Amino acid sequence: MPEGLTTQPVPIAGSGSQLRPQPAYVEAPLRAFAIATVFWGIAGFLVGVVIALQLAYPALNLGLEFTSFGRLRPLHTSAVIFAFGGNALFLTSLYVVQRTCRARLLGGDDAAWFLFWGYQFFIVVAATGYLLGITQGKEYAEPEWYADLWLTGVWVAYLVVFGGTILRREEPHIYVANWFFLAFIITVAVLHIGNNVAIPTSFGSAKSYGAASGVQDAMIQWWYGHNAVGFFLTAGFLGMMYYFVPKQAERPVYSYRLSIIHFWALTFLYIWAGPHHLHHTALPDWAQVLGMVFSVMLWMPSWGGMINGLMTLSGAWDKLRTDVGLRFSVAALGFYGMATFEGPVMSIRAVNSLSHYTDWTIGHVHSGALGWNGFITFGVLYWLVPRLWGRTKLYSERLASWHFWIATLGILLYITSMWVSGIMQGLMWRAYDHLGFLQYAFVETVAAMHPYYVIRALGGVLFLTGALLMAYNLWRTVRAPVVEEAPVALPAGSTLPAAA
Amino acid sequence: MFGIRFNHGTIERNLILLGVLTLITISIGGLVQVIPLFTVESTIERVGGIRPYTPLEQAGRDIYVREGCYTCHSQMVRPFRDERERYGHYSLAAESMFDKPFQWGSKRTGPDLARVGGRYSDEWQVMHLRDPRHLVPESIMPSYGFLDRPLNYADIKDKLATLRAAGVPYTDAMVANAREDLEAQARPAEDGSAFSARYGRARQMDPDGNAKAITEMDALVAYLQMLGTLVDFSEVTPERLRQQ
Repeated sequence: MPEGLTTQPVPIAGSGSQLRPQPAYVEAPLRAFAIATVFWGIAGFLVGVVIALQLAYPALNLGLEFTSFGRLRPLHTSAVIFAFGGNALFLTSLYVVQRTCRARLLGGDDAAWFLFWGYQFFIVVAATGYLLGITQGKEYAEPEWYADLWLTGVWVAYLVVFGGTILRREEPHIYVANWFFLAFIITVAVLHIGNNVAIPTSFGSAKSYGAASGVQDAMIQWWYGHNAVGFFLTAGFLGMMYYFVPKQAERPVYSYRLSIIHFWALTFLYIWAGPHHLHHTALPDWAQVLGMVFSVMLWMPSWGGMINGLMTLSGAWDKLRTDVGLRFSVAALGFYGMATFEGPVMSIRAVNSLSHYTDWTIGHVHSGALGWNGFITFGVLYWLVPRLWGRTKLYSERLASWHFWIATLGILLYITSMWVSGIMQGLMWRAYDHLGFLQYAFVETVAAMHPYYVIRALGGVLFLTGALLMAYNLWRTVRAPVVEEAPVALPAGSTLPAAA
Repeated sequence: MFGIRFNHGTIERNLILLGVLTLITISIGGLVQVIPLFTVESTIERVGGIRPYTPLEQAGRDIYVREGCYTCHSQMVRPFRDERERYGHYSLAAESMFDKPFQWGSKRTGPDLARVGGRYSDEWQVMHLRDPRHLVPESIMPSYGFLDRPLNYADIKDKLATLRAAGVPYTDAMVANAREDLEAQARPAEDGSAFSARYGRARQMDPDGNAKAITEMDALVAYLQMLGTLVDFSEVTPERLRQQ
């Protein structure tokens, strides 16, 4: 093999020399982030089930403004992406950065508590606003100007705390997980500010109007929207993967070189992919084509991350049978690979002309959100919660295994029903009868989707049930009494092995 | 190459270098895609008839945004045969050039609304919003009967002033008379000549037939009924539709 092409094992930071004293890591606020992750996850999944049922049974909108689909849908998306996903990212990034740098968090407990309460406050302010109809009307960027300003402050503090901890590191290298976390924090700051430039109608009013309008607003929104996926739900979660999968598998990351290549390729290419949300619209063709080409290229660095994660299990595949947390993480990588293949396919303009505006897109998003983001977070929680609370093991591996299979079945029902209803509806829209007339009225396509909406809701119920099992399991783990291990009686005459 | 062996370890040891390089890497794509849309003039087609929303329409549009209608309805007709037959001429960038925010949408749980204006009567729109399944039994749309309440338009002047500050070409007279224009459009029995002088072909209307109050329903229907009606496509040549 030519020099330089060997795969260099990257040391798993934190497991280095035990001779140096371990700094007093900040942990109490991280326990709060873990609780918030579980709480908002269940809240977000529950709202998802409610709005899925509303699409099957519209009477569930109740005729009230606060419970109508249009107001609950942003509540669902924000709760799962920013509340569940966001708390999971705070939890893991702040946990990982301390251990891989062998440094206590900059600002200590106080700074971490500020981040915790500052972020929860943002979530509550944004969520209550949705129910009251306060929204910017841009997907995943619904919070109004005052919530946006507050989040900007919290986010800058996050960057300072995270970066400052890296600057205090004792390890010479910045571990690969931190590259991804750093790219996530920086890019989300840029996207958040770029997409939320707005003027309030008055100082005391919640309402604002954005600086951009029409086609420019559309491009900026999907530059933001797609990269909320790319950096919040991908780069950040890859950071999670790069620490916890090697930890769970007790193996070093497969390829250092691959991690470098796919890090820079991913960060460069992702930003270009936004216009694939605007195919065949009034956005000029040159921008659409750029979006399509870069989205297809994005397939490669995405799979680079998946391969690096999966191959880390080389020699440790047997752990899948015994470690449920690892099973979640590996299944998450499988769903990540699937979603990042499906995405480039859907970004091709000819495919998009069928898939766009249909449930296929919804199914695609959920194979990523439930399968990748959900499962890797569950895997991390099963590994991390016992450690954060100083417990030796999970309350019940068996219950966690039930969670895995119930949730997997839920995801499969969700994705397959949305494939069928999406492709069916797309085909019905463009169907012509033998006389050359449109074959179906729009409302006939709506009626045809009903059974798939019921199946999708059932998939959501299963996924939610799994999460409830997890919450119970983690609660029992935390509440379990700490048992001092009794010294093992040694047979007479035997000697203790020398300390390792 | 060049006698220098690139070593990624340098970047991995320097937080500032890693952060700055990341910032540069993530900035390029966005800048290339966004900036030309502001500088290339032909991004917006050169068609006549486009005007800012009347105060009543803008108030209705704000309700459309507030209720999250975009979560189920697009406002973007694509250039396909079936969409042309179902909805009409494909949407132009010019038609949403004053939209803050744009409401092109990403999902059609319900039909596209870019050209819904004038397709149904005002009365149909009101009845349908109050109880969609009364008119379309298979519909899964929520009922919006709660829109039968007075419209709060105390801040309509502030809204137009803000929109103007953000680039919508409202005149001084339009901003100064925002409240009067809103009331004039919603009260067809009254003289609307001043309103019509400012907003051209915009129609005076009282969709819910309740002359005592200007309701949220009135505003929303006024907005729906103008969607896609501004451009007269019989006057448009292909040359004017060309984007770059």
